[in-house]
Amino acid sequence: MSAGTFTPRPGAAPVSRMIVTQTALETRMLLRNGEQLLLTVIIPALLLTLFSAVDIVDTGAGKSVDFLAPGVLALAVMSTAFTGQAIATGFDRRYGVLKRLGASPLPRWALMTAKTLSVLVTEVLQVALLTVIALALGWSPQGNPLSVAALLLLGTAAFSGLGLLMAGTLRAEATLAAANLVFLLLLVGGGVIVPLEKFPGAVQSVLGLLPISALSDGLREVLRHGTALPWGDAAVLAVWAVLGLGAAAKFFRWE
Amino acid sequence: MSNDPAVEIRGLVKRYGTKTAVDGLDLTVPRARVTAVLGPNGAGKTTTVETCEGYVRPDAGTVRVLGLDAAADAEALRPRIGVMLQSGGVYSGARAVEMLRHVARLHAHPLDVDTLVERLGLGGCGRTPYRRLSGGQQQRLALALAVVGRPELVFLDEPTAGLDPQARRATWDLVRELRSDGVTVVLTTHHMDEAEQLSDEVAIMDAGRVIAHGSPEELCRGGAENTLRFTGRPSLDLASLLKALPDGTQAAELTPGAYRVTGEVDPQLLATVASWCAQHGVLPSSLSVERHTLEDVFLELTGKELRA
Repeated sequence: MSAGTFTPRPGAAPVSRMIVTQTALETRMLLRNGEQLLLTVIIPALLLTLFSAVDIVDTGAGKSVDFLAPGVLALAVMSTAFTGQAIATGFDRRYGVLKRLGASPLPRWALMTAKTLSVLVTEVLQVALLTVIALALGWSPQGNPLSVAALLLLGTAAFSGLGLLMAGTLRAEATLAAANLVFLLLLVGGGVIVPLEKFPGAVQSVLGLLPISALSDGLREVLRHGTALPWGDAAVLAVWAVLGLGAAAKFFRWE
Repeated sequence: MSNDPAVEIRGLVKRYGTKTAVDGLDLTVPRARVTAVLGPNGAGKTTTVETCEGYVRPDAGTVRVLGLDAAADAEALRPRIGVMLQSGGVYSGARAVEMLRHVARLHAHPLDVDTLVERLGLGGCGRTPYRRLSGGQQQRLALALAVVGRPELVFLDEPTAGLDPQARRATWDLVRELRSDGVTVVLTTHHMDEAEQLSDEVAIMDAGRVIAHGSPEELCRGGAENTLRFTGRPSLDLASLLKALPDGTQAAELTPGAYRVTGEVDPQLLATVASWCAQHGVLPSSLSVERHTLEDVFLELTGKELRA
């Protein structure tokens, strides 16, 4: 390098460029991670295919894919916004990535924006893939796509808040274990593949307040029964989103 | 560029619980110079540097960096400073060049990434994810990340820890080049020779304070005396030598023909001894100067080994 190479010429890139490049990197890291792909793509796709093709769980009247597709879409949102984001952010924090980026020109709000955009990009890919699979299995969706998008966004906000809360307060290993455990429990108890009606009445009303139940039930209302917008489920998701994001903003530790 | 110091710390105090990490520290770092911060483990080096970087909020005192308040103006400072962390800071699945290119894109006028990659020998990292790079490769990447945005001021936390001698030289060359291009460098180190080789200024820290500050020459000159030894024919008239030397200098014949002069050994003293030898027809068969190293000074001041 010739003399003058390092002559100071500091400056931040335009914030739009920073957000785009950060989103691209976050998305690449997520798609490159085998464990994350298992969680976000393979498990939902397998569950959808397996449970639609084989009559393992009694999903009530009608085609089982009409019951399962909305549930698996809810699961996909949870796997990316909650489990995947919690684990990735937990390890980013543990490996000093958040600290390192904290010394770069990228503002914190722009980093969080990029993380959210990266979650949304991943979800678009998931929804596209799962929709194709479900249609191939004979799914006949009803309802307004805008209502579906609204529920998916509310669900993303709710799960992101909870995921970031976990990643920002627990050790990375604890986050890894807890996020996977919660994923499994909510998969079983959140009306994704097992209808909530299978549980005893008292348990059912508690489970119905979980974000995963609200999202899978809400999506099912729209996609299966053609409801305009299930306000009750949307309200439950909104409350989780406010609580989760609020707590994450308050308790998140960057180091 | 302004002539204000790059960093000006006054009365910095930082406590963690009941432990005081930094205890009323004052430090001034001049611009476009290399300043080394030395100290035993636990002296408060990293806390001090992280306060300048805006990571740590002081409990008391002021920390001004490039004329701004390190805590209150952190956002405005960040694009202007480069930070090398002691470890980590990279996505475990990211490749070295990918991460470097990414951080470059966060800046308005970054260095050419390919040139920097070649310069620091990172080209061989290829598609290996960060977590599988060697310690030395991770270290060089951290250095590259600190300078790629063309900062005015870089903080290097133990930049050569764990590097092989060749990579260490390459890092030293880069630091010298930064300095000659007008970049201010603040580095912490465990290596005395590194501080001696690289820095214009050395600040020695112990127990949360700066206990000595100056150029390496000043620090080595102060305090301990230095020694000049020569051998010649036995029983030379040392009294006449002492007359020619400054007051306070001592001379002795340790064994027949082996002489030792102690005092403030500078070029003038060496010239005086040599010309005295010439006057007396003595050709010294050996002549050596033993200067105190920074390490001697450090041990004297702190009473501790650097590597605790």
